[in-house]
Amino acid sequence: MSFPWAKHYEPKQPLMRWLDEKLPLPRLVYGAIGAGYPVPRNLNYFWNFGVLAGLALVLQIVTGVTLAMHYASYSGGAFASVESIMRDVNAGWFLRYAHANGASMFLLVVYIHIGRGLYYGSYKAPREMVWLLGVVIFLLMMATAFMGYVLPWGQMSFWGAQVITGFFSAIPLVGESIRIWLLGGFAPDNAALNRFFSLHYLLPFVIAGVIILHIWALHIPGSNNPTGVDVKGEQDTVPFHPYYTAKDGVGVGVFALIFAALIFFSPNLLGHPDNYIEANPLSTPAHIVPEWYFLPFYAILKSFTADFILPAKLWGVLAMFGSILLLFFLPWLDTSPVRSANYRPKLRIFLVVLLADVLLLGYVGGAEASAKNVILGQIGAAYYFAHFLIILPWISRSEKPVELPNSITEAVLAKHGGTSPAHTALKTDDDLTTKPALAN
Amino acid sequence: MATDSMVPPGEDPAPYHEEVHDPRRRDFINIAAVTFAGVGGVAIVLPLVNQMNPSADVLAQSTTEVDLSKIEPGQGVVTTFRKQPLFVRNLTPKEIAEANAVDVASLRDPQTLAERTKAGKENWLITLGVCTHLGCIPLGIHEGDNRGPFGGYFCPCHGSAYDTAARIRQGPAPKNLFVPEYTFNSDTAITVG
Repeated sequence: MSFPWAKHYEPKQPLMRWLDEKLPLPRLVYGAIGAGYPVPRNLNYFWNFGVLAGLALVLQIVTGVTLAMHYASYSGGAFASVESIMRDVNAGWFLRYAHANGASMFLLVVYIHIGRGLYYGSYKAPREMVWLLGVVIFLLMMATAFMGYVLPWGQMSFWGAQVITGFFSAIPLVGESIRIWLLGGFAPDNAALNRFFSLHYLLPFVIAGVIILHIWALHIPGSNNPTGVDVKGEQDTVPFHPYYTAKDGVGVGVFALIFAALIFFSPNLLGHPDNYIEANPLSTPAHIVPEWYFLPFYAILKSFTADFILPAKLWGVLAMFGSILLLFFLPWLDTSPVRSANYRPKLRIFLVVLLADVLLLGYVGGAEASAKNVILGQIGAAYYFAHFLIILPWISRSEKPVELPNSITEAVLAKHGGTSPAHTALKTDDDLTTKPALAN
Repeated sequence: MATDSMVPPGEDPAPYHEEVHDPRRRDFINIAAVTFAGVGGVAIVLPLVNQMNPSADVLAQSTTEVDLSKIEPGQGVVTTFRKQPLFVRNLTPKEIAEANAVDVASLRDPQTLAERTKAGKENWLITLGVCTHLGCIPLGIHEGDNRGPFGGYFCPCHGSAYDTAARIRQGPAPKNLFVPEYTFNSDTAITVG
């Protein structure tokens, strides 16, 4: 684990030395996110988003645990308890808005984190396990977010639960029994609400556990970097602390500004007014839509309208789950040895098209099911699958990559006008670049 | 003898003289113990899985009585059955004729109106008000609702259209609206469930 030049933890204080002998927890932290973890020196701000996702999870757990002190998971009283949190509980409105918008922030930074991995090839060998664990975390997050959205027991909560558990009834023969088993009734009610609350409280801690595995798996090969070129020596890295703790600090500041703007100026921007109406099993809202972060997947679900061998409903459900499960195969669908799309001219174009496609699907997912939107959704869904199953394997064979830099340091120095590491390093007074160069 | 080497030092070799069993006694005890624990584990998992099924109080809500005397031809009412909406509709002769005019073989879920109603009571169409796509409540039971291109029910969520016999005609839903079990107690009253 880690590079041979990684700094070793040497406690100076007697108390810390004593602790290190009994339980080397500070040593673990030092090696994981401290000065003992050497990181490529050229990471850009896209590498902030892992830390930001971790921060978002911590915020969700803190606000969630406090909200649970005031929430009643009883179908006759859940809605009223959420209203009481908003009106009566001290600072309850703040905790709830922070938790609801915190979910959006969490998904937002995770989407950027996934996009970073896609662009810079962080899913490729030797980091496949990091990617696979990441997809597991994403699936757990989706389940947690869905169940959390049911808890306020508003109209969108209820009908969201009805529609999402309805996915399982698409399974041939046993589907309806599975749905009734999941709900504990024939429609969402008290039993479903209670089990969703129980699991919504549990899953974040499962996510935290998988995150530890995700970081563990990452620290074996070490972090990827914008060039995708492997670390060749000590001159290519800097210690995580203080260099990236400081850089992540900048990202945390920006994150906090956007988060605060949402909470304090437009807390309901990303919500739906219908969810301030109590759940009514006898009235479907005119327009059921999931939260913004599920819209692209909802569009894929909606884009199957005709039976073809299997029923249209089953196709929709299979495609929607398939669109995520597909990501598990990504490390083996892309066979190019070059990681970073900076050096892959064709992939770079198609990744921009894929981003536009996902945004289009997001639009269609939230729009009415008119004939035009259905066709747009079908094109978008088809392209999504084509990207991963046809375009990506094809370009990874046919593409001629741009010439890669010999090392991370060479790429960094070329950017600053230098040509050879030794030559430029002496001219710059930047401590960061001179120290490793002189040491060699 | 080859078996001699398998006798632990200091133990009486007598029991080993006959033959060496495969699995040996120690393996057998090992397998038996783990199997016993495994069976016990499964026995504990069963109630953990079964607790998720509908509880007795939920199942107890499984019958509903409906008074039909106040429903005029062309009208419908919504009541609940197992906490789900139940559509009770008194079809007009025109709606019955429309439903019977359809070629059953052309339907996605082929059923005649007679199969979906009771003999002699073809005007009483009793279905769950739950779209078979993803469970929304279709429009069309209340007066003035959008009844869709086939004059029955229309689901606003994903555009499934049902005809006057509540059969799926267009859109993503795979099945006709579900007809629950029910019996006529008298000419003007039914028990569902």
